[in-house]
Amino acid sequence: MEWEVVIGLEIHAQLATKSKIFSGASTEFGADANTQACAIDLGLPGVLPVFNEEALRMAVKFGLAIDAEIGKRSVFDRKNYFYPDLPKGYQTTQLHHPIVGKGYIDIELDNGETKRINVTRAHLEEDAGKSVHEGFGAMSGIDLNRAGTPLVEIVSEPEMRSAKEAAAYFRKMHSIVTYLGICDGDLSQGSMRCDCNVSLRPKGQAEFGTRTEIKNVNSFRNVERAIESEIQRQMDILEDGGRIIQETRLYDADKNETRGMRSKEVANDYRYFPCPDLLPVIIDDDYIDAVRATLPELPDAKRKRFVEVHGLSSVDAGVLSANRELAAYFETVAETVNDYKLAANWVQGDVSATLNRLEISIAELAVSAEQLGRILQLIKDNTLNNGGAKEVFNALAEGKGDGSVACIDSLVDSMGLKQVSDTGAIEAIVAEVLAANAKLVEGYLATPEDKRAKAIGPFIGLVRKAAKGVNPQVVMDVLQKKLNELG
Amino acid sequence: MALEQDQVLAIAELCRLQISDAEVAEYQKNLSNILDLVDQLAAVDTSDVAPMAHPLDAVQRLRADQVTETNQREHFQKIAPATENGHYLVPRVIE
Amino acid sequence: MHNKTIAQIARELAAGEYSSVEITQALLSRIEQLDPVYNSFITVTPEQALAQAKAADELRAAGQAGIWTGVPMAHKDIFCTNGVLTTCGSRMLGNFVAPYDATVVSNFNAAGAVCLGKTNLDEFAMGSSNESSFYGAVKNPWDLERVPGGSSGGSAAAVAARLVPGATATDTGGSIRQPAALCGITGIKPTYGRVSRWGMIAYASSLDQGGVMTRTSEDAAMMLNVMAGFDPKDSTCVDRAVPDYTATLNDSIEGLTIGLPKEYFSADLDPAMAQQVRAAVAEFEKMGAKVKEISLPNTHLAIPVYYVIAPSECSANLSRMDGVRFGHRVADPKDINDLYKRSRSEGFGAEVKRRIMVGTYALSAGFYDAYYLKAQQVRRLIKNDFVEAFKEVDVIMGPVTPTPAFRAGEKTSDPVSMYLEDIFTIALNLAGLPGMSIPCGTVNNLPVGLQLIGNYFEEGRLLNLGHKFQQATDWHQQAPAGLV
Repeated sequence: MEWEVVIGLEIHAQLATKSKIFSGASTEFGADANTQACAIDLGLPGVLPVFNEEALRMAVKFGLAIDAEIGKRSVFDRKNYFYPDLPKGYQTTQLHHPIVGKGYIDIELDNGETKRINVTRAHLEEDAGKSVHEGFGAMSGIDLNRAGTPLVEIVSEPEMRSAKEAAAYFRKMHSIVTYLGICDGDLSQGSMRCDCNVSLRPKGQAEFGTRTEIKNVNSFRNVERAIESEIQRQMDILEDGGRIIQETRLYDADKNETRGMRSKEVANDYRYFPCPDLLPVIIDDDYIDAVRATLPELPDAKRKRFVEVHGLSSVDAGVLSANRELAAYFETVAETVNDYKLAANWVQGDVSATLNRLEISIAELAVSAEQLGRILQLIKDNTLNNGGAKEVFNALAEGKGDGSVACIDSLVDSMGLKQVSDTGAIEAIVAEVLAANAKLVEGYLATPEDKRAKAIGPFIGLVRKAAKGVNPQVVMDVLQKKLNELG
Repeated sequence: MALEQDQVLAIAELCRLQISDAEVAEYQKNLSNILDLVDQLAAVDTSDVAPMAHPLDAVQRLRADQVTETNQREHFQKIAPATENGHYLVPRVIE
Repeated sequence: MHNKTIAQIARELAAGEYSSVEITQALLSRIEQLDPVYNSFITVTPEQALAQAKAADELRAAGQAGIWTGVPMAHKDIFCTNGVLTTCGSRMLGNFVAPYDATVVSNFNAAGAVCLGKTNLDEFAMGSSNESSFYGAVKNPWDLERVPGGSSGGSAAAVAARLVPGATATDTGGSIRQPAALCGITGIKPTYGRVSRWGMIAYASSLDQGGVMTRTSEDAAMMLNVMAGFDPKDSTCVDRAVPDYTATLNDSIEGLTIGLPKEYFSADLDPAMAQQVRAAVAEFEKMGAKVKEISLPNTHLAIPVYYVIAPSECSANLSRMDGVRFGHRVADPKDINDLYKRSRSEGFGAEVKRRIMVGTYALSAGFYDAYYLKAQQVRRLIKNDFVEAFKEVDVIMGPVTPTPAFRAGEKTSDPVSMYLEDIFTIALNLAGLPGMSIPCGTVNNLPVGLQLIGNYFEEGRLLNLGHKFQQATDWHQQAPAGLV
């Protein structure tokens, strides 16, 4: 049978506030256990929450970025369940009146088309703490530093039809929240996590099949792999005539398989009700407009501008706009050299290759955008040829120079990379090369006119070998002239 | 409204209370009486009445995003039943 | 020394008639001597109290004393006190030495008051007789066979027995006014949001409100001056200036309209009580007030609404009592669920468990609309009754309780009969209005309370009326028979 895959994602993004959603404790990552859990985060008797204005602003910013309805009256609810990392025995979240309503984002498919994925809603809630299972014998250790960190939970419609689409959606959301500066996007620290709802149905059938939910997937690659493996598992069961059980599953990246979770399977009844310690959050148009005025250019708009104004290809524009830091780097280079295409080639070529080779992020690259811009200027004014530019770039990437733009020019000098364009000097070199390679010259002269363009290649190599930094165009002109004079 | 025995046990499970077999009948009776008391509400016409969660129709105040709390782990963990290396201890939770 | 009011102590300390250490010592001795009978305190803190008194005397010697400097009082054991056991009447918090101060506690500390200890209460403030405390029932000083009311029964009995001139208290459904009435003292529950709830252990968050118990309206005004006010730590606390409640105590009440809700003088009310309440109202008429009969038609729905909303909120509020970070923890738990279930079952008493169960049920899937949502709607109808009434009258008066103090054990086996005790008090909490109880007579040598209900933030008016009444009558000066 032919199956259709149905995927919906719930993405949790930690908001980059300094303090927690309902307390003045720090949200900084990596502190010693429970040193950033204040009385409110610990849920001590008698404590009360007060809502962080920055969490509100960030959530509204997100809503505006996905063109969503903004909840002018949002309400916090209590979601009741017992778990050791949930100190109050309830999570403060938003059920009926979320801060962000229906919105959408567009994702790019492999065939170059875009697909719109609708967002059902996004709401504010508090994160839970962490249970540590190693190092405490038969016990688990509870660290509540993360408890109370503000989250937006972004719920998509079940509109994705493949693991690739789901990964593209997750990437795009990552790109949007990091562009907005509302989430640091650090997947390794759990700043963004994703729950994947996956089901299969016979192609053409209207109603959905039974779904499973894969909890807490935390990398782009794992979203794709986890969903792939879950699709395969469900398909195997269905093909055998079995039934899917609605359940929560975990993805084991080492084994590349999902497995059912035991602990969360007790039938839960969350008994949501409005939190009586918090009041309705009311915002007006003025507030929304003020937040709107702070929206940066978002990836889609940037991509469009790269194509329409600067003439980049759609694919290049997509790659260069996806990541906020990379895009900013690229634009600085492009503006410095005043050539977007040249900058695009370099950023996607040597820059990307270097990042991959050194396993670093663009922020850690030793070559600043201004420096690369200067290098490209030197190509444009014929001071450097491409090979020389690469050498300078690599030298900088390995820590040479003092980080300044000025150091580029002195490096070019000290490394002897300055391109020779002086025709007289090149003529002398060419003459030497031709004299030393008489056989080659004979062969060239025997070549018919129409094939000589190709036969000139070996001479160019020899000239460049004899003298570094010669301008290839000048070499070509001189060679042609001299050879033609000979025959 | 009378509650069944298994309803009483299901409620107790949800709110993590342990109820002995001997207590079930007592809870059944008392909870049913309380529910009878509140069942009077069903007869009230509330078709056009907005629910009221707070006595004053007030609006949430916002707190500036500032870190105001310092580390008080020692102080808070003095009253904890079991801690180790700064963590609260519970019987191992399996996922 | 024990018969002195707060106002008197403040004056006499200022006049140097005695020191704070002296009066503190005198009251501590009295507590030590008499409280084994009443059981009104869970924790007495003589060392801290004497240290505070000494500091107060030094402040006074340095010429830096305020009105409250060195005046003794007590806190209901529902307010967190840094470094002092805070049990909330529960075994669950039997080892909970609060690591921080409630705002109310900080306010009294800052004013220079001397806290003698923490008073007894129904477990987690759930009860109307103070029989549900894990630390034993409190006795009514007027008749040791009878209950002092609840949940602030410890504060009420301690004030009535002259162990302390004033104590803080809380009121979720009548927990200040009912014990004040049953113990023949003055108690006021302010408008919801007037007093910070930070550090006040929550029972039902949208109903709980801190208030005071004293012997006179003047003392209540003095205490409220310290307690009331905006607190940025409580989202539900109201940012509104606090008037000096003592400044308006003597205002004229000429021409004021008093509303008497006909539903409060129904068959539920003991006729002898009704007579006392009406006599008290007549006293106000003598002072120039007018009386008008009004109707609060949804009065009978207040108890059903309350017994959905309060248990629902408490079922979530008490989930944090899980034996993980503080409080009672069972020995040798098998697994996490065993830890939760046995710790909570051992830690909570029967009434608390009942209310948690009722609330859990009311919020559970399939019942939410019929119970919780419905109750919230009817809650608005109840509030609207008062809003309408206050278009016609300035203040509402009536009884606090249907009967005087009942016998201990009389209602413990039938929870619903206990709930009905709060029939005249509970609607105010649902509406968030301020209410006060002042002594206005006795029936069979047991005190009767008059309830004064004000419009939002009209605490000053209630205290004014209470003070005028207490200037004209001496019911508030009557002490329990046989009190030494």
